[in-house]
Amino acid sequence: MLTAQEGGQLVAARQPRRLSQFAEYFGLIAVLVLLVALFSALSDHFFSRLTFITLANQIPSLSAIAVGMTLVLIAGGIDLSVGSVMALGSGLLAVARVNWQLPLPFAIALCLGIGLLAGLANGFITVRWSVPSFIVTLGMLEVARGGAYLVTDSRSIFVGEAMGTTGTPLPVIGLSPAFILAALVVVAGEMLLSRTVLGRYIVAIGTNREAVRLSGIDPRPVVVSVFALSGLLAGLSGVFQVAYLESADPNSGIGLELSAIAAVVIGGTSLMGGRGSVISSFLGVLIIAVLQTGLAQIGATEPTKRIVTGAVIVAAVILDAYRRAIGNRRPRD
Amino acid sequence: MPFGNVVEQLPLLCIRGLQKRYTAPVLTDLDFELCAGEIHALMGANGAGKSTLSRIICGLTAADGGVMSLGAERYEPRSRRDAQRAGVQLVMQELNLVPTLSVAENLFLTDLPNRCGFISFDSLLDKAAAALTAVGLRELDPRTPVGSLGIGQQQLVALAAALAHPCRVLVLDEPTAALTDAETELAFAHLRRLRTAGTAILYISHRIEEVRRVSDRITVLRDGRVIGTRPAANASMDEIVQLMVGSRAIDALYPSDHVKGEVVLRVAGLTRGRRVRNVSFEVRGGEILGLAGLVGSGRTETLRAIFGADRIDAGQVTRASGPPLVIRGPKDAVRAGIGMIPEDRKDQALLLTQAIRVNMTLAMVLGFVKRRWWIDEGREAAAAEALRVRLDVRSQSVDQPAGELSGGNQQKVVIARWLLRDCDVLLFDEPTRGIDVAAKIAVYRVLHDLVDRGKAIVVVSSELTELMALCDRIAVMSDGALVATFERPETGKHWNEEAMVAAAFSEYGNDRTHLSRADPC
Repeated sequence: MLTAQEGGQLVAARQPRRLSQFAEYFGLIAVLVLLVALFSALSDHFFSRLTFITLANQIPSLSAIAVGMTLVLIAGGIDLSVGSVMALGSGLLAVARVNWQLPLPFAIALCLGIGLLAGLANGFITVRWSVPSFIVTLGMLEVARGGAYLVTDSRSIFVGEAMGTTGTPLPVIGLSPAFILAALVVVAGEMLLSRTVLGRYIVAIGTNREAVRLSGIDPRPVVVSVFALSGLLAGLSGVFQVAYLESADPNSGIGLELSAIAAVVIGGTSLMGGRGSVISSFLGVLIIAVLQTGLAQIGATEPTKRIVTGAVIVAAVILDAYRRAIGNRRPRD
Repeated sequence: MPFGNVVEQLPLLCIRGLQKRYTAPVLTDLDFELCAGEIHALMGANGAGKSTLSRIICGLTAADGGVMSLGAERYEPRSRRDAQRAGVQLVMQELNLVPTLSVAENLFLTDLPNRCGFISFDSLLDKAAAALTAVGLRELDPRTPVGSLGIGQQQLVALAAALAHPCRVLVLDEPTAALTDAETELAFAHLRRLRTAGTAILYISHRIEEVRRVSDRITVLRDGRVIGTRPAANASMDEIVQLMVGSRAIDALYPSDHVKGEVVLRVAGLTRGRRVRNVSFEVRGGEILGLAGLVGSGRTETLRAIFGADRIDAGQVTRASGPPLVIRGPKDAVRAGIGMIPEDRKDQALLLTQAIRVNMTLAMVLGFVKRRWWIDEGREAAAAEALRVRLDVRSQSVDQPAGELSGGNQQKVVIARWLLRDCDVLLFDEPTRGIDVAAKIAVYRVLHDLVDRGKAIVVVSSELTELMALCDRIAVMSDGALVATFERPETGKHWNEEAMVAAAFSEYGNDRTHLSRADPC
């Protein structure tokens, strides 16, 4: 039991953390609001319900992958295979539905299962042979892409109504179940990271893996589960993709790993591991999505879009570093 | 032995009214003089401003105010290079060597001998061999990668690097922290030669006895001010400690009589390569066993082998009267109630960017789970806060990152981790390296407190005086073998120090230079 005084001290001690956490989101939200304001001023059509609903229904796929990527990066790894794994999963899902006529739940389970399997393989190889995850997942990027071509016979598969209502906007609110699910995944990811033992271990391993090992915690199963989770979420994003596009394209998701890393990094997660937040990554996804949609609406060409997006990514990271430098006290004697 | 030459020259390095503040003032109106041909020790608790002062002298940090002059000229180094050009060299406690490069390349990193950008290796190796001989590392191959050397040898390489360049002022920040007594003697002999040659040496150390032996004058800093300067010959240990810590005295150094219990840890035939050779010993509850020996004699490796941090080739570890433990990794050791405080706090123990709370509870997070999934942060913070108070960790709150603490307080955080876990056996590897007197005393108190509760403790230390003050028994290792064990003498009698030192050297034969060769593995 705590005495009143001790309890009071604890509250006092813990408040700044909560505040600074909010401040962390505040910067990203400010950027987001600024972008929305900017595009609303530049285009008559931007600030409308339709734009936002379209936006919301586009992002579930990237969001799910960004959640997995955030966890992997915080643990000090990287997962380059997510785009290909998503394509493999969505291809398998489409084939299962269209060619094999499997019921939707089974098809979805297959899609998630193949993602989980790819993630487990990534994690297992990384820890078993101490290969850098960059290399392992680069290999998986090729393997899974090959798999995607194999299952789809290198053709786009039209799924249409076979996905049920997963991607269809719900009446009244206009948001698709996929978006709501993705939002839940983001919240669950943040809870996992900041409130559970696994999350604590992930952060600790990314900060100093040897210290974790010498504290009597085997880092290997934690690393494997992080990659497995990333693979599973890549599979989920495959489901979202098929639901949204009503088809599966074995060429989809090329470069998606880099978009995810961009979103995560804009959110302030460190590529060196040990620091980051899932919610911030989600805000990073929103910033990229708003930027893309906004640029398209003001009539920017594809080259312009890419140049601006690239510049924004780098600027965001510089800003973040600057903010952090101010926030940190200088070393003492 | 103290040297008789009284310093009467004009100061070479003269500092007046130096000011430096970060968020709080670190140096306040500091005056300091360093003469050519003297070894001038700078002492003070962590946070007293020693490191800041040395960083300013070496151009690593800019002062906010004050004047420095070197010889007749004004001295305002803007960078380490500026300082080096002026002949001011630094050997730091935290080594700035590049582990993947060879010893030779590290020695001349700033001015590699080259022809049009291509390194002239012959010339480099010759120069390196000369520089190494100067610090007694004659047998070290200059082509050895620095990373493969023990920390003691790395320290000597860093010293050699400083001395390989023109050197009017040499600043040594805890140069012997990682050295054994023998290596320290070697370094001292060298410093004395430099002094005779007219170099001004500023020597920062926590080791009072050592400082009294090697230096001419001692200046004590406290809270960023000079408290006093004394000739080393007439300064007593008590006086220096008084100056450093204010009023506190070193009383905890002397142990209470521990009540020894049953054997809690039994190590039999432990072997790992050449570094740990057939080591056997027992530790009882309520007992502190010291592991003495030279750096590289296998003490750290022995602890790591027991803890499962490294694979072993042979041997058994047994807890109490149970069956031999199967230790495949630290996880198994921790589960068996064994904890280890590793040699290198920053690399092997701490999550520097994480909160004190997270660091303290790392080995015990599972004990703070509520409703199956969630970490009960309230309970966790309360436990961390209790430990913060119990160990007197100087910090703002348990949410402050561990990296912002001083070395002594960081060590307390690491110890707290195992207190929370309530291990029965604790392995301490150099628990007081590089921390100030006050923090050392705090660590000793914790050790005594632990044995009073019946824990079994193994302590590795390179300071024999520390072990003699602390331990019930001292086992001496030499070249990987445990060669002798000494029981604590009765009150009023002394440890047989000569026999211990002799034992430490016994496995190396009579050739003392043997010590400084590259580590065999």
